[in-house]
Amino acid sequence: MDFTIQNQKDTRSGFGEGLLEAGRRNPKVVAFCADLTGSLKMGDFAKEFPSRFFQTGIAEANMVNMAAGMALSGFVPFTGTFAAFATGRVYDQIRQSVAYSNKNVKIAASHAGVTLGEDGATHQILEDIGLMKMLPNMTVIVPCDFNQTKNATIAVAEYDGPVYLRFGRPKVPNFTQVDEKFIIGKAQMLQEGTDVTIFACGHLVWKAVQALPILKEMGINAELINIHTIKPLDVEAVLKSVGKTRCVVTAEEHQRNGGLGDSIAQVLALNMPCPMEMVAVNDVFGQSGTPDELLKAYHLDTPDIVEAVKKVVARKQ
Amino acid sequence: MTINELERIASQVRRDIIRMVHGCQSGHPGGSLGATDIVTALYFDQMQIDPAHFRMDGNGEDMFFLSNGHISPMFYSILARRGYFPVKELATFRRLGTRLQGHPTTAEGLPGVRIASGSLGQGLSVAVGAAQAKKLNGDQHIVYVLMGDGEQEEGQIWEAAMYAPAKGVDNLIAIIDYNKKQIDGPTDDVLSLGDLRAKYEAFGWYVLEVSGNDMHALVNILKLAHENTHQGRPQLILAHTEMGMGVDFMMGTHKWHGTAPNDEQAANALSQLEETLGDY
Ligand SMILES: Cc1ncc(C[n+]2csc(CCOP(=O)(O)OP(=O)(O)O)c2C)c(N)n1
Ligand SMILES: [Mg+2]
Repeated sequence: MDFTIQNQKDTRSGFGEGLLEAGRRNPKVVAFCADLTGSLKMGDFAKEFPSRFFQTGIAEANMVNMAAGMALSGFVPFTGTFAAFATGRVYDQIRQSVAYSNKNVKIAASHAGVTLGEDGATHQILEDIGLMKMLPNMTVIVPCDFNQTKNATIAVAEYDGPVYLRFGRPKVPNFTQVDEKFIIGKAQMLQEGTDVTIFACGHLVWKAVQALPILKEMGINAELINIHTIKPLDVEAVLKSVGKTRCVVTAEEHQRNGGLGDSIAQVLALNMPCPMEMVAVNDVFGQSGTPDELLKAYHLDTPDIVEAVKKVVARKQ
Repeated sequence: MTINELERIASQVRRDIIRMVHGCQSGHPGGSLGATDIVTALYFDQMQIDPAHFRMDGNGEDMFFLSNGHISPMFYSILARRGYFPVKELATFRRLGTRLQGHPTTAEGLPGVRIASGSLGQGLSVAVGAAQAKKLNGDQHIVYVLMGDGEQEEGQIWEAAMYAPAKGVDNLIAIIDYNKKQIDGPTDDVLSLGDLRAKYEAFGWYVLEVSGNDMHALVNILKLAHENTHQGRPQLILAHTEMGMGVDFMMGTHKWHGTAPNDEQAANALSQLEETLGDY
């Protein structure tokens, strides 16, 4: 895998471009936004397809159910707001009218995790992956960079069924391939290795990429897999890798409870118990700060991944 | 307090807002500047409070809730200037480890804050609950809540708006920062609120209107509203404000809802606001 940084871009802009492209490919794609058009980068779609864009005002519950109503007649609605308000605020609306009713609604959620920064804990949701993955019928996608978010958005529009698509605010290294086809549910092998498997998602994928040369220097040959689809989880890829490496580190910008690590742990406990460490937020709320400060403060940075790998490799021996 | 004294406090609060938002290069100056006069009049003239002995339960004093938590710089400045915590702490706004989080929280124990806000639409319900508790406690004091106008688009607001008159919650004074703007643009373009006064009246509220940047008018309307309490109905004050009030280039637009000024813009803004109580 080529880890060359093409540029620094925010994943939400990847969503904005992906939505525009999806709208061009399929006239049934429509979009709703609850007074955050600029933040979600939905402005270009709104401009090109004004009759297919619905400004709902600050009314997330109404937005979700209107999208479900619209999906009935074959439209492909995306709803856009911050991840905190896209999930927790409207959980029952999603549960009953989208997941249980199995409607083709795409919940686009920006500003997830601590990297939202200075707005603080009210806005930094760290529980959304758990909330969404617990719902039957729901697909949960957490792409890692701009290109992947754009490609995921296009794939999500083509897929039939409820989807939660999580992305973020800050500019981060953009390194995946420009037009790589995004395959929902298929784990992405970033580097093969033998000593440990690192499973990462979202912004933490790049943090894990940066850990690879450090680990190599220590004599640890790590395998890195990007789990961009938390649900359905690519169980085959997980077991294949761990069958070889026999120990695991997971890394995510989310609570340990309910996150990627928790999904992986479930698969391993049932099929292949082995030492495991989790890089995640552990049962606390976020706070104000810059994204970089917060990643350090909540132990979600490259050194934390390196430490977790050292620890888990030692536990294996 | 005299009107002149209140206006001088408001000028300093506006300086604090600009300096806080500029200092951390984030936050919400527009709504903060527009709502400054309302909350200054409340905290420095109208409300019966004991800042030196902040009590979470608010028993035996008036209570204020900020539902539109994004205008936290205004709230923090007024709390500090009123004596809830040291003024110099304003310099920590939005920085790692601060008690002055981006949106008000109770997690860090900042005196003056009784509940987290930031996710819009929840404050009116909280205020109704607190007002009912005062009734149960036999406490004659009043509960105040400030909300945004864009915030009125949240359905939960109307759940509380229906409840309060139906249940005779008459020790409650809600105020709307009626600046007719929100993030994506003028409220009329985003989602028109229609005749807000008529809507609240139809729900059973007693509605007052005021020019929300006129200190004299504010002081009078708050007195009037206070006299009207305990007469069977909740009250709403529609406070017509100007987003960005006091800084010419921040007025007449929604662009400064959540944008921090750069060095040059901050200097320009501060040149328009008299330093009356000493900068933090
Ligand atoms: C539930 C919820 N949805 C969306 C947001 C994002 N948001 C923050 S402020 C704001 C606009 C609020 O408009 P208004 O109440 O008029 O406040 P003003 O812009 O006048 O300060 C929005 C949409 C939020 N904080 N909470
Ligand atoms: Mg407004």
